[in-house]
Amino acid sequence: MEIVYVYVKKRSEFGKQCNFSDRQAELNIDIPPNPELAEQFVERNPVDTGIQCSTSMSEHEANTERFEMETRGVNHIEGGWPKDVNPLELEQTIRFRKKVEKDENYISAIMQLGSIMEHCIKQNNAIDIYQEYFDDEDAVEVMDEAPSAKTINVFRDPQEIKRPATHVSWHPDGNRKLAVAYSCLNFQRAPEGMSSESYIWDLENPNRPEITLKPSSPLVTLEYNPKDSHVLLAGCYNGQIACWDTRKGSLMAEMSTIEFSHRDPVYGTIWLQSKTGTECFSASTDGQVMWWDVRKLSEPTEVVVMDITKKQRLEHALGAISLEFEPTLPTKFMVGTEQGVVISCNRKGKTPAEKIVCTFSGHHGPIYALQRNPFYPKNFLTVGDWTARIWSEDSRESSIMWTKYHMAYLTDGAWSPVRPAVFFTTKMDGTLDIWDFVFKQCDPALSLKVCDEALFCLRVQDNGCFIACGSQLGTTTLLEVSNGLCTLQRNEKNTASAIFERETRREKILEARHREMRLKEKGKAEGRDDELRDEPPALNLEELVTKAEEEFFDIIFTELKRKEAEAMKKKPKPLKQPSQETDEEVQGEEEAEEERGDGEGEEGGGEESPALGGQP
Amino acid sequence: MIGNDHAEVEETLKRIQSHKGVIGTMVVNAEGIPIRTTLDNSTTVQYAGLLHQLTMKAKSTVRDIDPQNDLTFLRIRSKKHEIMVAPDKEYLLIVIQNPCE
Repeated sequence: MEIVYVYVKKRSEFGKQCNFSDRQAELNIDIPPNPELAEQFVERNPVDTGIQCSTSMSEHEANTERFEMETRGVNHIEGGWPKDVNPLELEQTIRFRKKVEKDENYISAIMQLGSIMEHCIKQNNAIDIYQEYFDDEDAVEVMDEAPSAKTINVFRDPQEIKRPATHVSWHPDGNRKLAVAYSCLNFQRAPEGMSSESYIWDLENPNRPEITLKPSSPLVTLEYNPKDSHVLLAGCYNGQIACWDTRKGSLMAEMSTIEFSHRDPVYGTIWLQSKTGTECFSASTDGQVMWWDVRKLSEPTEVVVMDITKKQRLEHALGAISLEFEPTLPTKFMVGTEQGVVISCNRKGKTPAEKIVCTFSGHHGPIYALQRNPFYPKNFLTVGDWTARIWSEDSRESSIMWTKYHMAYLTDGAWSPVRPAVFFTTKMDGTLDIWDFVFKQCDPALSLKVCDEALFCLRVQDNGCFIACGSQLGTTTLLEVSNGLCTLQRNEKNTASAIFERETRREKILEARHREMRLKEKGKAEGRDDELRDEPPALNLEELVTKAEEEFFDIIFTELKRKEAEAMKKKPKPLKQPSQETDEEVQGEEEAEEERGDGEGEEGGGEESPALGGQP
Repeated sequence: MIGNDHAEVEETLKRIQSHKGVIGTMVVNAEGIPIRTTLDNSTTVQYAGLLHQLTMKAKSTVRDIDPQNDLTFLRIRSKKHEIMVAPDKEYLLIVIQNPCE
């Protein structure tokens, strides 16, 4: 508002002398403070104001005058000759030299110097004192440190009824979070009131999970989408597939319909590489592998039955327990089954029969983990029953490398993403083994007891340093391994690939030999058959029967004799001469052994001949 | 006698020269004049001049660090051979050897 003061002055009074007079103070205007205006401002406390209290300085540059330098060489020609000697005249120089040589000093000096010099010359000849011993090898710093791992954090299941942690997945960016799936895998033994929640933990806060996921059925597996870190894919205990978006909350965003889902718990779910980043596939023990698009989970896009007779029959299907997919080989995937067989499949097969390429069998029990080596995808690791095995795709009949049979069942395994020769396995007795087969092949390089209960799952972080393992009581332990185990050693890639190739070759050679032996045996068997056919077919039945009887009785007699010999040994021996006795004993033993051997041979022969006799 | 000693000197030098790997031997005096040498003149003169300076430098270095110390032997190992210098007050005995490798 305008503040205006108006006064009036007559024109005739302009220029008139001013007569000032005092007057009382008059309040012209009173503007009270308007507190509402204060709300447009925010109090600033503290207020930063820069002040400067220092000596003022100025900056100057100075440069010295350039110092001119020149490099020159000096060539020493003849010099130092005394004045009276002309260096060019040979006679004079020789004379001078001879004179010096007669000098006493010269003689003693040379004698002394000569002995020192000889010593050094001999030294040089004896040994090269400057020989470089370890020229080729650089200092191996990492080997000094023994492999070790330490627990960094422990995430316990906040629920009262503890459930086993069945799957762990690392957050794709930055690895700050862990998604852990909890469910009870014992058939129908889930205790009453067991919660079906699964959690996402922040590594910094082990006390409380960051996000809770509430599905309708407990989750068996849980995977972060490697392209989109907010999306998670989960396989449920009742066979459904569920998808979460962590931005949307803890209820699932999408769930597959029960009719089209698996009939058994979903044991493996993996995201696929696709342009949309929404494709995934899952496997379950009902023998099916299904492909899904998470935007439309009502129906799978494709179903393949794990039937190795290639007829896609569900009754013959093998239950799938682990699934493997490597983004660098997008058309192939592998399934590990409950029956101990690994099935390698091709996604691009036109008919379902073409989808199944080959099988690898070698385990006695379900294959709980299956992973290709990140550096050499042709080789893959399987973990099942009491061993861990490494296979090569070329060698189908057996694994190329395997660990010894352990005391406890192996539950999970994974390769290290940084070192091609290192892999980790977990066991039912709660130990985590770290294997480094460049360092040691028979035993794990490091064996750690993580907890007292069984460890069910294992996941290595992308930098190879951190490992998360989940246990039976829902405790997820975060471990950090020593530097030596997570830095690529010099030459390790070459060494590892050399080992793989060598073992593959060995297996191939063994396979070839086996095949040859089998062929030979088949040939022999056929040859025998031919011989028998050559025999006069006039051997009528009676003769055959009598022959069989004779052989039969022979066997019986030899057995009886053997039993008698044994019985004699056991009976308390009469006091004969000890030497004779021992001789007899020894003889008796030998005979018994021979007879046993014969008896067995005869038995085998005996078994065979009636069969042969049976053939016409 | 001087004659005997002289013979000994000859023998010593001959022996040194005959060792395995020895390429050349020379005796140089304090002024850089080669007294005895088994190599050709120009090479000898070159070696004499350069090694003399180097030996002096080495000697003064050793003495600077510890005045009671003195240079006894100087060995220069190069890619091709080893030059060994045994200094004395007045003379330098220089041997060039190809160390056994």
